[in-house]
Amino acid sequence: MLYREAGDFKTSYRDDSQTFPIKFDRIAYYVLIAVALIVVPFVINDYWANAVLLPFLIYAIAALGLNVLTGYAGQVSLGTGGFMAVGAYASYKLMTSFPDVNIFFHIILSGGITALVGMLFGLPSLRIKGFYLAVATLAAQFFLVWLFNRVPWFYNYSASGQISVPERAVFGIKVTGPQTEAWATYLFCLVFVFLSAWIVRNLTRGSTGRKWMAIRDMDIAAEIIGVNPLTAKLSAFAVSSFFVGVAGALFFSVYLGAVEVGEAFGIQKSFLVLFMIIIGGLGSIFGSFAGAAFMVLMPVLLKNTLVGGLGWATDLAAHLEFMIVGGLILFFLIVEPHGLAALWKVMKEKLRLWPFPH
Amino acid sequence: MNDMSPDSYVTADGRTIGGVVMEMKNITLRFGGVVAIKDISFDIREGEIRAIIGPNGAGKSSMLNVISGFYVPQEGEVWFRGKRRPQMKPYQVASQGIARTFQNIALFDGMSVLDNIMTGRLTMMKTGLLSQAMWFGRAEKEENHHREQVEKIIDFLEIQNIRKTPVGRLPYGLKKRVELARALAAEPKLLLLDEPMAGMNVEEKEDMSRFILDVNDEFGTTIALIEHDMGVVMDLSDRVVVMDYGKKIGDGTPDEVRGNQAVIDAYLGVAHD
Repeated sequence: MLYREAGDFKTSYRDDSQTFPIKFDRIAYYVLIAVALIVVPFVINDYWANAVLLPFLIYAIAALGLNVLTGYAGQVSLGTGGFMAVGAYASYKLMTSFPDVNIFFHIILSGGITALVGMLFGLPSLRIKGFYLAVATLAAQFFLVWLFNRVPWFYNYSASGQISVPERAVFGIKVTGPQTEAWATYLFCLVFVFLSAWIVRNLTRGSTGRKWMAIRDMDIAAEIIGVNPLTAKLSAFAVSSFFVGVAGALFFSVYLGAVEVGEAFGIQKSFLVLFMIIIGGLGSIFGSFAGAAFMVLMPVLLKNTLVGGLGWATDLAAHLEFMIVGGLILFFLIVEPHGLAALWKVMKEKLRLWPFPH
Repeated sequence: MNDMSPDSYVTADGRTIGGVVMEMKNITLRFGGVVAIKDISFDIREGEIRAIIGPNGAGKSSMLNVISGFYVPQEGEVWFRGKRRPQMKPYQVASQGIARTFQNIALFDGMSVLDNIMTGRLTMMKTGLLSQAMWFGRAEKEENHHREQVEKIIDFLEIQNIRKTPVGRLPYGLKKRVELARALAAEPKLLLLDEPMAGMNVEEKEDMSRFILDVNDEFGTTIALIEHDMGVVMDLSDRVVVMDYGKKIGDGTPDEVRGNQAVIDAYLGVAHD
């Protein structure tokens, strides 16, 4: 009875095209932001931040980025891990070369550098599509990891070949390094998540988003109505890589602190983010969040029930966890191939009629 | 409309037909050894409805593809609005003011009807990536301005009730109409319609014919169309080009074409003895 659009008339195109046209959704969204900003920082502890919230927030940015490319513009990419590595190494080099600049700008700049790299590796998309493009981006993945492993300049000639983050603060509060507070890192990431979601929403609702979707749905028709495939595809690669780069920079500097490139940004990372958007929903902002939450929370949840609740051995639980997560992915794809976002939409449609569906 | 043109005239139903807006000069198009179009010349005048007809495989769609920049002819020149058109990509042709529909509908299935029609105005939307990322301000203003124009076309084609429906869910006849709407949204100088009535029943054909006439009448849009339904072609068009086996066999008003012996032979067949 609460969830109604009846009587909620729109009298301008502006009202009609807002993000949450139904009042109930709008209120729910504001409440969510308020909780995330005001409540969570006070109740958060290290476990929640490190096991759940930070990875969720950072992966949500990466998923948003990949969703721009794959979900909106229809270009499959398996190079996400490599592009995250670019963001991470860019932020490392920037932080160590310009220690006086605020880390906030370093992370944005890292995104910019990743955007350039992404455009470079997006060039093949002008000639090839589908599976073949996926293979081409796979080359990017392996090349970038190899590059960061083999060229010592990228890790400042450190003996271990690892990069580790220097301590940095925003407004005098430490956000990187070993002595950070959970709430500070959480809020720092949250700012980036909020900005990313807002920007992606803005881009996809306007003419840029339509260009991307036109290329995705039918590239020949897109060209005939005046979409330049070169700029449309490359802008998708640039925007996508920007967010993936920001996610990589945060993953390294705020979440992990020290990184060995093959381990942190290997091919499994590319698949993980790809699974997130497939399970969450291609071409949906909500889907990016839902997918990230699913892939981050499910293993934690399973581990807690199996090891904590049932008292199983850790290694047994870890193996079973793989199988269950895999099974759940299959289950979701069979039940709803368009992802959690589509399930959510169906639920909302039902809710609009509830409790009198006829 | 260019009223000064020396050879403009007024039709029986009171429309002014202006000077030549597009001229095809000696177009020849080959695919390997196959000659799809052989040395064809014809013109399209401002404000007229120009039909291209011919049996299957005559090269009509190839001709349309040459006009819209998909195919590059090996020989011949395309003149548009008094200038010779250099070789162009299809998206550049679109920004010159040529819009088209396809024989097999080419809509964007994943987008709503409104979004599909809005894509027709992409060539006119100029805000950059950064101001779009900020949205509030220029991007939003531009969006709402174009939305207003698109709504006029939605009203015109009577598809208000399906505005927000994903295109993939629509029946065939409506999809054709949405495709026409998308082409119209670009405010084209020249509108190309590739078999706008293929696969339609009589009622849908009548609706579509009415829309085509209305478009021509109200917006003064020049239209070139390919159609197989002879009744429709003869009723709608001001002048007709007839093609057969890649060659032009007739050109003139519907009445002239109807009496042309070569055309009759092409359509009815000719006795070989």
